[in-house]
Amino acid sequence: MTSTKYLIIGNSAAGVGCVEGIRQTDPQGEITLLAKETEHAYSRPLITYLLGGKVDEAGMAYRPADFYAQQRVKTLLGVEAAKVDPAAKTVTCADGQVIGYEKLLIANGGKPITPPNLPGSDAPGVFTFTTWQDARDIEAYIAANAVKEAVVIGGGLIGLKSVEALTARGLKVTVLELAPRILAVTLDQDASDLLAGALAKAGVTLMTNTTAQRIDLAGGKVSGVTLPDGSQVAAGLVVLAIGVLPDLSLVAGSAIATERGILADERLATNVADVYAAGDVAQALELISGERRSIPIWPNAYRQGFIAGVNMAGGEKIYEGGLAMNSVEICGLATISAGVTSPPEGQGYEVLTKLDPKTKNYRKLVLKDHHLVGYVLVGDVDRAGIITGLIKGRVEVKGLEEKLLAPDFGLISLPSVHRERVTAGLGVWS
Amino acid sequence: MKRIVAKEEYCMNCRLCEVHCLVSHSRSKDLIKAFRQERGEIVPRITVERLGAVSFAVQCRHCDEPACVEACMTGALSRDPVTGEVTHDPQRCVGCWMCVMVCPTGAIRRDKSGHVAAKCDLCLETGTPACVANCPNEALVIEEDND
Repeated sequence: MTSTKYLIIGNSAAGVGCVEGIRQTDPQGEITLLAKETEHAYSRPLITYLLGGKVDEAGMAYRPADFYAQQRVKTLLGVEAAKVDPAAKTVTCADGQVIGYEKLLIANGGKPITPPNLPGSDAPGVFTFTTWQDARDIEAYIAANAVKEAVVIGGGLIGLKSVEALTARGLKVTVLELAPRILAVTLDQDASDLLAGALAKAGVTLMTNTTAQRIDLAGGKVSGVTLPDGSQVAAGLVVLAIGVLPDLSLVAGSAIATERGILADERLATNVADVYAAGDVAQALELISGERRSIPIWPNAYRQGFIAGVNMAGGEKIYEGGLAMNSVEICGLATISAGVTSPPEGQGYEVLTKLDPKTKNYRKLVLKDHHLVGYVLVGDVDRAGIITGLIKGRVEVKGLEEKLLAPDFGLISLPSVHRERVTAGLGVWS
Repeated sequence: MKRIVAKEEYCMNCRLCEVHCLVSHSRSKDLIKAFRQERGEIVPRITVERLGAVSFAVQCRHCDEPACVEACMTGALSRDPVTGEVTHDPQRCVGCWMCVMVCPTGAIRRDKSGHVAAKCDLCLETGTPACVANCPNEALVIEEDND
């Protein structure tokens, strides 16, 4: 058995954030980082850009090639953690090696959901799309089988970015979305409609309120999908983009408390001593609800990892809470959304919208008790961060509503305390 | 950390800082060419805001814990641990606009021609920020803070 002061499981945003958080506090303590994937820390969201030919392999690096050497981190890449034993303070790996730790971060991320009762879903030509290797496999499959048409199951973020990549490669793509509209979780109806228009313009076929009932095979390979109404869509490739769940396999049966994800407190510590969790596997404070929720987005993963790292190294840093937010540009149309975007009726939410029919620029603000709790911008997304800052900083915006809705709104309209803080470079919280 | 500080009591809303920022980040480095030919292709990384009689300029504040760096999914944005400057490498930027989503001062703009983020780099090439050097009423000054 080897042992290390800090052990990090996971090599993406949260893992890298943790390294940077530890090193800010403890420049020397021994760090070991292990990850199932063999690649150096890479930008996971870029896998669709890679498939689409917008970045090359060198462009995938999230940190410089010598990052871990510079940070004095021992990496074990291609080594899968299998089991955490918090009583013995060890992690057992799939290859049998056992690593002891003083402080552990679990940041192994999520795993793609595969539909349990979809005949044909394990056939050649059916892929999930969450890793660099998936991008390589899909690219190789398209080339080897001269694929011309694809079906993407799921009209969420991963699904639509997959659509964009496949379209860029010249494939004719059909999207199947079970909900009545795409990006139903993050966008509101109007924004979804605008995005659906952009997809149609790019030649994508969008089918909502439906999904695949069966994946059809010919010669042992995917030939299309059959829908619940019996109609068929021809496709040489199927991408399953139904969603991602926290990967709890590491902690199953352990004393580490979980709900949807691993429960983490305001220091990103779990209920078990010296074990921390961050990123897509974690379930930590959400800013607006005050509840612990799993919000699998890059900025939250990095910040959670960083704060966990500071605390693991003996510092004191509190997680202010995450905000569900996304910036998604599909087929040239930019959208940014955050927080509550489709509030329920009759619960005291105030909604302000503005749609420019000519430019298709759309703005929507959601307020409660004179505080912003969410927004959607489509088209002109510039300076969205000012609105995000008002949500995070819980700034009262009474009387400013109409100004916020104007496309040229700015800091000058904001309460002076908030304005002075952010222009001093102190962020929204200090 | 060196920061550009806006003195709203001196700002005349002339917006020359925007023009000189544009020139400083243009190919031609020539005011007339940059303004007449390159504007639109490139964007100023400074924005003058005005409300009634009050105006001031905003650019990257080089935050102590920059939200843009945390949100940047490619690693294009980083904070120099020694100087505290928040820098952006357009070669590594794919224009995902995550930084636009989180910058609390709205200081990161979209350079639509290159489809990359554009932000204040303190005119590192020349050593003197063009907006400060060309402000006719000293409404933009460089101040050093020691934290």
